[in-house]
Parts: sequence; C-alpha cells; structure tokens
Amino acid sequence: MNGFQSLMQEIGRTFLEKVAVFGRGFLFILSLFSAMPSALLRVDLLMKQIYVAGVLSLPIILMAGLFVGMVLSLQGYNILVEFNAEEAVGSMTALSLLRELGPVVGALLFAGRAGSALTAEIGLMRSTEQISALEMMAVDPLKFVYAPRFLAVVIALPLLVLIFNALGVFGGYLVSVSWLGVDDGAFWSQMSSQVDWHEDVVNGMIKSVAFGLLIAVVALFQGVNAIPSSEGVSNATTRTVVHSSLGILGLDFILTSIMFN
Amino acid sequence: MRKQTKVEIWVGIFVLMSLLALSYIAFQVSNFSGWKERPTYEVSALFDNIGGLKTRAPLKLSGVVIGRITAIEIDPVSFKARVHMNIDQEFNQLPVDSSVSILTSGLLGDQYVGLDPGGDEEVLEQGSEIEMTQSAMVLEELIGQFLVKFSESD
Repeated sequence: MNGFQSLMQEIGRTFLEKVAVFGRGFLFILSLFSAMPSALLRVDLLMKQIYVAGVLSLPIILMAGLFVGMVLSLQGYNILVEFNAEEAVGSMTALSLLRELGPVVGALLFAGRAGSALTAEIGLMRSTEQISALEMMAVDPLKFVYAPRFLAVVIALPLLVLIFNALGVFGGYLVSVSWLGVDDGAFWSQMSSQVDWHEDVVNGMIKSVAFGLLIAVVALFQGVNAIPSSEGVSNATTRTVVHSSLGILGLDFILTSIMFN
Repeated sequence: MRKQTKVEIWVGIFVLMSLLALSYIAFQVSNFSGWKERPTYEVSALFDNIGGLKTRAPLKLSGVVIGRITAIEIDPVSFKARVHMNIDQEFNQLPVDSSVSILTSGLLGDQYVGLDPGGDEEVLEQGSEIEMTQSAMVLEELIGQFLVKFSESD
C-alpha cells in the first residue's frame, strides 16, 4: 500500500511540475510582451542587443547561405540535366531556399549561435547575482535585461534570413551559370516566373519571424530558470539549443502545412 | 560613447545589407509586381473544358505573354467554365472576333491560353466576352475516341 502511495505521489508530482513549467513559461511570455513598450523606448539597449545577436551572427549566416545555395544548385543540376531541364535549377534553388531552407537553416544556426549565448549570459547573470543586484537597485530586469534581448532576437532573425536567402541564390547562380554553364537569361527568367512574391517570399519571412519568437522565448526562459551553478547553466544552454531546434522543425511543418496547401 | 557609436554603425550596416537582400529577392528572384503594376483590362471567355488551367497562367499572343488568367469559375446559366483574364492595356488593339484556345507548353508543360487575333474593326475592351473558344485537349477523351473508332472499324 505504501509503495503504491509513493508511486502515485511520484506520478502526481512529476505531472504537476510539468504543468507548472508551462504555466511559468506562459506568464513569462505575457510579462515579456507587457515590457515591450519600455524596450522600444530604450533604443541604445536594443541597438547593443541587435549588434550582439544579429551583427555577430553575420559571418556564419553569410558562409552558410552561400554554401547551401551552391550545393543545392549543384545537386539540382545533376538531377535536372538528365531531363534536359537544367534551366529549372534557378527556380528550384530559389524556391527551396525561400520556402524552407532559408528560414529553417538560418534559424537553426541562429539558435546555436545566438540563442545559446543568450541563455548562458542570462544564466550567469543570475548565478553571479547581477539580476538580484539590479532588483535591489529597483531596476526591473524584465525591462532592462530581458525585453531588449527578446526584441533584438525577433528583429535580427528575419533580417539574417533575408541575407541568407539572397546569398544562397547568388551561390546558386555562381555554380550553375558561371561554373556549369546554364544559360544566364533562362536561369533568371525561369526563377522569376516561378517564384511568387506573396506566396513564397512573404510566407518565408512570416516563418522566420515565428522562429525568432520561438528562439527568443526558449532562450530567455531557459536562462531565467537555469539552476544557478556552472553545471546548471551548461545544462540550460544545451536545452536551449535542443528545444529550439526541435521546436523550429516542428513549427516549420505546421506552418508549411497551413501556408502551402 | 565611442563603443556605442561603433555598435550603431554596425547595426546600420546590418540593416542596410538586409534591405539590399530584400530588394534583390523582390526584383531579381520573385515576380514582385507591387510597384510595377501596369494598367490592364479584363475580358472573359466560356470554355467547355479547361483541362488543367490554373489562375495566374499566362495569356499569349504569338507566344508573347500579354496577360494573365485572374479567375476561373462556373457560369451559373450554361454550366460552362468562365475564365477571366487581364490583358495589358498596351495591347488594346485586339479585334473583338479574336479566338482563344487552351494550349500546353511542351509535352508535359503547364497549360496556357493562346489568343488568335481576328479581323474585326471593333476591339476588345473592359468586360468584353470572347465568343470563339477552343477547349483544352484532354488526353483521356482522346484515348476514349480512339478506342471507339478502333472498335467500330473492327
């Protein structure tokens, strides 16, 4: 009887803890949104965070975009040339970049580069009691620390995805036109007749905004709830990358099924 | 303060780069038509069968794209397919007795509407209906006809 009781207690406690995490997360998101106006007023803090999240992620995004575009068009060319349709390599590269690979690969890289750094920073600020010090001085960390970082991540990711997409298309152009000898005019005209501004470009950008929100919420939440020890912060950083990567892939499927149906 | 200036310059470069990327995607990669929207006029035509024609398919005259299909619906009276198309205002000298037919680009390509100009003095204008139409070639019907002829000749 005692064993059964403690088993039930164990199940109940685990369940309640999981539910409590969801509740805390939801309240945290609400408080972030309520702190948005003050984050918009402190432009200097926002600038600093856009620099940290966006500008410092530029090198990895530039390199990745170029190479993803190049490899896409190389693979596409090898398949399409068998059907004498190698001109379609441009539209294939552009469509797969704009619809899927740009937002998803960009967001995955961004989660690894900026999301993890954000969690580690917040977690260390908590474990070294900088957040408590701010609270002691009656400075609200929500407005001063969390909200600018949240907004910066949400702004930076769509901009990075735009750059990723443009470089990917350029990489595809380099490989297929300059190297493999696809006709220049056919490459661009096929691309621009197949790629729709609203359906492909705008939907891709909506995806990247959604991924930015996801990464920002996960990274900040893990940082705030990290156990204040070196092991706790390292675990929280790992969880940020794992959770936001899986979240991006899952959310991408849901968004794709809504948008391109 | 110098550090803040450096940060702001970098953020400026970052935003500028993304704007350049956006305009590159808009004008070079996609068919962004928000700013270069040209004036058009709408005509419609009734078809017995449109096959696999889709909205946004091109309308071609001698192979040159002169307009796009904007909507496809069923005419409530005749139960035929009514195809609405926008023609560029540039091509406003098309005779009213022109005929349209649904054609396929290549063996497996997309379907489009081809326009054959007639000889009338009057020209097509906003709201005109093209009377002479030729339906899409449907492969299943062709095979059916072929089989009927084949069995008749036996």
